[in-house]
Amino acid sequence: MNSRPRINKDVWETGLDPSNSDKRFDSHESFETSSGIPLERVYLPDDYSDHYLEQSGFPGEYPFTRGVHSNMYRGRLWTMRQYAGYASAAQTNDRFKFLMAQGQTGLSVAFDLPTQIGYDPDDPLVLGEVGKVGVSIATLDDMARLMDGISLAEISTSMTINAPAAILLAMYVVIGKRQGVEPERLRGTVQNDILKEYLARGTYIFPPGPSMRLTIDLVRYCSKNMPLWNTINVSGYHIREAGSTAVQEVAFTLANAVAYVEAALSVGMQVDDFAPRLTFFFNAHRNLLEEVAKYRAARRLWARMMKERFNARKAESQMLRFHTQTGGSTLTAQQSENNITRVALQALAAVLGGTQSLHTNAMDEALTLPTAHSAMIALRTQQIIAHESGVCATVDPLAGSYAVEALTDEIEVRAQVYIDRIEEMGGALAAIESGYPQREIRDASYAYHLAMEEHEQIVVGVNAFVSDETSTERHLTVDDNVEERQRERVQILRARRDDERANALRHRLALAAQGTENLMPLIIECVENDVTLGEICQTLRDVWGQYHPADF
Amino acid sequence: MGKHPIRVLIAKLGLDGHDRGAKIIARSLRDAGMEVVYTGLRQTPAMIAEAALHEDVNVVGISILSGAHNTLLPTLMDKLREQNLAHIPVIVGGIVPDCDVNTLMDAGVSAVFGPGTLTSDIVTSIANVIESDLQD
Amino acid sequence: MSLAKKIISGDRRALARVLTLVENGDAHSKDILAELHPYGGKAHFVGVTGAPGVGKSSLVNFLAQSLRVLGDTVGVLAVDPSSPFGSGAILGDRVRMADLTGDDGIYIRSMASRGAVGGLAYATGAAADVLDAAGFNYVIIETVGVGQSGVEISNHVHTTIVLVASGAGDDVQAIKSGILETADILVVNKADLPGAEHVLADMRSNVVMNPSPAPSDHHAKSKQFDGSDLAWRVPLLSTVARSGDGVDLLIKSLLQHWEYLENSAEIDNRRRTRIRAILESLLRNRLYTRFMEDISRKQFDALLESIVLRDIDPYSAAARLIEEKYKASCLDKA
Repeated sequence: MNSRPRINKDVWETGLDPSNSDKRFDSHESFETSSGIPLERVYLPDDYSDHYLEQSGFPGEYPFTRGVHSNMYRGRLWTMRQYAGYASAAQTNDRFKFLMAQGQTGLSVAFDLPTQIGYDPDDPLVLGEVGKVGVSIATLDDMARLMDGISLAEISTSMTINAPAAILLAMYVVIGKRQGVEPERLRGTVQNDILKEYLARGTYIFPPGPSMRLTIDLVRYCSKNMPLWNTINVSGYHIREAGSTAVQEVAFTLANAVAYVEAALSVGMQVDDFAPRLTFFFNAHRNLLEEVAKYRAARRLWARMMKERFNARKAESQMLRFHTQTGGSTLTAQQSENNITRVALQALAAVLGGTQSLHTNAMDEALTLPTAHSAMIALRTQQIIAHESGVCATVDPLAGSYAVEALTDEIEVRAQVYIDRIEEMGGALAAIESGYPQREIRDASYAYHLAMEEHEQIVVGVNAFVSDETSTERHLTVDDNVEERQRERVQILRARRDDERANALRHRLALAAQGTENLMPLIIECVENDVTLGEICQTLRDVWGQYHPADF
Repeated sequence: MGKHPIRVLIAKLGLDGHDRGAKIIARSLRDAGMEVVYTGLRQTPAMIAEAALHEDVNVVGISILSGAHNTLLPTLMDKLREQNLAHIPVIVGGIVPDCDVNTLMDAGVSAVFGPGTLTSDIVTSIANVIESDLQD
Repeated sequence: MSLAKKIISGDRRALARVLTLVENGDAHSKDILAELHPYGGKAHFVGVTGAPGVGKSSLVNFLAQSLRVLGDTVGVLAVDPSSPFGSGAILGDRVRMADLTGDDGIYIRSMASRGAVGGLAYATGAAADVLDAAGFNYVIIETVGVGQSGVEISNHVHTTIVLVASGAGDDVQAIKSGILETADILVVNKADLPGAEHVLADMRSNVVMNPSPAPSDHHAKSKQFDGSDLAWRVPLLSTVARSGDGVDLLIKSLLQHWEYLENSAEIDNRRRTRIRAILESLLRNRLYTRFMEDISRKQFDALLESIVLRDIDPYSAAARLIEEKYKASCLDKA
């Protein structure tokens, strides 16, 4: 397999002074990556596959190991897209405008938990949760206030919304129309990745079968009407946050993506009609070199799967384009200013790995929602990497590093083993229902936790270099009145709308949910007529039931 | 009494889906020899009080990261009182800003553990609260 | 009021407390069980068994809901394994039973197996008796789900439901383990997944070969009633426990099985089997505990050492211990 002359590392190593120990006397840290890949002391040319054109190729060309664009950040920087949202639509709108004024180039909406799991703010189940971890959007009116004064023709908007993605997209479409922007001109992303909710993130509503149908209804609708919209943002981020390794993050994400491709094919779509609008979302975690290798391996794996397995012809169908967020779980509540450094290193990994857009966490996010000040530092971190570090001038600058190339190969091989295993189990859905990937993540998470407690993993300020400190930080707190005001708003809306019409629409929706027609147009009609998010979800819950997890 | 396993309820209060911490704690407590009744996500205060009643647990452990702790934990304490279970110690883990800790302690919570707490400290603390509970 | 009286009057906290005492083998539990005994004997005991991950808890979730709709009360004992490396356990069955909360007619208790093999805990039988005396119409016992050894459940219940899932070779395992022979109702779960048809076909041929479980002294199911040969034919059902599909037919079979048991007087056999199993297990445990308490530690350790040195074999050593102890107790009496 190797055409290079063999370089004998063993001979070199046996000639070394034996006192050159590989173990620092003061440390229990192990020399392996998060995925348990043992790290060599030095890497050499024959530590990785040297079939350059086959394994790497040029940037912008199959298998896209070196990136999806030939000119990468020379042509255009990544989109700096800070995830934001809290309290009411009006307050989040203010934050959006502040971030845009600071040079942010795309919007990313964080929704509160009631919105994410399909309840209106006045539902008794959501007591205390309204506006807490994101913005509360229950009605078209809320969406109008969220985007007030922002031209949908000019901005691209990413929405972290899954089980009810179709409803939030419907609201966005209607607001666009009211601004005179037709759906085909709207740019943005809905996460719409329900499988990882069952697997890792937990904000599911319906059982997998009907929820996958809703996912694919949205894909079908967009492929016809919204060609610029990214329909599914297949997410490894939350899998990693749940405690997985880098290899598991890649493997489980791609296995989920395969399930979406198959679901879309099964309703008669052509692969090149929807695959270009599937995007990905990865974590940027602690180990810089492993993370860079992870992005490169993921691109190569996806390109091969799309070309060889699904016969995708368009280059865009084979390209893995991704958003990155720095690892929330790596932030520490202790000595929280250190998080600025952590975030900078992780963001650098994402850029060296060729990300298309990036969210950098704010230093206070281990404890609270970011203040305007900490959110600005996070954005400035990206701007410093982009304009001061010099890494953007060369495409895929770590290519050819023996270590990075070897890790890229290793992650690809190990991820493929998982992907094959899941395939044998009948695909991602069957595997998730059996609890297999959940168990793998749980074991990895526990192993990491033990390693931290045993000081094999050092976390500065937590299990080493601890200092006594009292928290002097300022926290952003969400006023409890927000919940009350949101409750009132939704009740006022229900009182003023045409109830008869709303009920008739809900009835039609219930019937349609039992059939097979695409639900998107009907959901758009519902939101246009002020049927609320909670009501739409309740109608669907009544027909489809609710999901109960299968693990533990 | 000491030779029988301590029974602990570990529950996710509120709507957030982040159960990594809860699962790590559940496993650590198991490895420390306790029997852990794990309820999973999206538990309401009433559900948790009912589980505590049915399972006759020695301690209730709550994981919450959604920011709704100031509303939900006092409600949980009320529900436990309604079931005559006010004697069961309640400990909380998750993201609770310093300024809210006192509010929760006033509501009757026995301990609040923030991010980065060693599980060995949590195990010790559970053993301690149960010890004092038995002496009462 | 005594704890037993409280239980009978519907006090859930007393019930929970007593289950703990029973589980811990507390000294008071014997008297409480004795006080409760006359109140038992009415509940229909149902066992749900099958390999881990087959969907037992989800099925119990829907079974209990359906029984509630019929107006019956339900007690659930969900057994999970204790860690083989210590006394700890994670009891996670409530996760899938979230629909059952907020209803006074349902009581769920998680139990750790605490070292017992066979899919139940030592105290499961006694715990079921307590729930029976507390007045629950149905007591559902969900086993650990240890494919190969999960047959003990059939000695503890009136109706055994065996679950098999499509995929992952569960069907083959189930056939090999002999667990199918203990089924009164056979369910292929996850019937919507690919491969379900294959499993159903496999099971069908298996059930056709065994129209009713092999008769034995305590499993004589070929009793006649209505003057005709009406042996119980094990129904083969398919369900999707995740969504509840097929549970209606399962309930129907469950009711039919009870009817069969009562009409055929098989119910008495089952009750006798169950009591015999509990009694035997009690005797075994008590006798062993007492024996070990009575013999001298020194004598035991000395014998152990002799076996290690190969002076004596373990079989003769055991025989000698019992012999000497037995003689001693005869002398005591004399």
